[in-house]
Amino acid sequence: MSKIKPRGKVPKKASVDEIIEIKTLIRHPMHSGRMKDKNGKNIPKRIINKFLVKFNSKQVFVMDLEPSISTNPYIAFPYKAKETGTFDFEWTDDNGEKYTMSRKMTVS
Amino acid sequence: MKRQKMIMISRRDIMYLLGGVASTALFSNYALAKPNLALKRIKEISKNNVEESDLFLDVPEIAENGNQVKVSFDIDSPMTNDDFVKTVYLLADGNPAPNVAKFSFSTDMGACSATTRMRLSKTQNVYLLAEYNNGKFAMTKSKVKVTIGGCGG
Repeated sequence: MSKIKPRGKVPKKASVDEIIEIKTLIRHPMHSGRMKDKNGKNIPKRIINKFLVKFNSKQVFVMDLEPSISTNPYIAFPYKAKETGTFDFEWTDDNGEKYTMSRKMTVS
Repeated sequence: MKRQKMIMISRRDIMYLLGGVASTALFSNYALAKPNLALKRIKEISKNNVEESDLFLDVPEIAENGNQVKVSFDIDSPMTNDDFVKTVYLLADGNPAPNVAKFSFSTDMGACSATTRMRLSKTQNVYLLAEYNNGKFAMTKSKVKVTIGGCGG
C-alpha cells in the first residue's frame, strides 16, 4: 500500500487581518467498507475520521469525516491572519494512527 | 384422499395467507418510498427548527465521476464572538449513509467557507445545514446528476 503522506499549502507571509486560504491533502485510501478487492472480498472500512487544525496550540478548525469523503481527502478552509505563528495539522485514522504536519506563517 | 387433503384450507390458513400478503405489500411500499435519511438527520440535528435559506453551496450540476465531486460552501457571516457559524453539516440523501462531513468553525477563521471532495453513489440531493451560535439552523440543497456512481460495491 502506498504510504500515507500529508501535504499542505499555507502562505508563508500574510498581512494583518488578511483572510488566507489553507489547502491540505492527505494521501489515504479512505476505504468505505463497501468496496471489494480483486478477489471479491470486502475491504474493511478504514478512513480518516478527524481532521484538526491548531494555530499556536489553539484549536481553530475541526472536520469530522465520513466514508462519503473521497479517496485522498482534500480540505481547504479560510483563516484570518493576526499574528506570526505555526499551524499544526492532525489527521486521525480509523486504526488510531495520527498523521501530523506543521507549517509556519509570518504576519507583518 | 391425499389430493383432497392438499386442497383443504382452513380459515386460520387464510388468515395467515392474508397476513403474509399484507406485510409483503407494506414492505414493498417501504422499499419504493425509501425514507429520506438526510432530511431525517437534518430534523434530528436541528430538532425540527430549520429554515431554508440561500447559503452558498457550490456543487457541479453534472458529475461525470461520482468518486471525486468537489463541494464547497460559503456562508455569509461576520464570524465575531456575537455572531458566528458554529457547525456546518454536509449531507447526501442517495448515499448509503446520509452524513458526509461535519465542520466545526471558530471565530479565528474570519470567514465561514470550506472546500472538500465527496463521493456520490447516484444522482441525488446534497444538503448543507448550518448551525449558528444563537441556536438557529439554516439549510440549503442542490441536486447533482451523477453519470458513474462512486461508492463501490
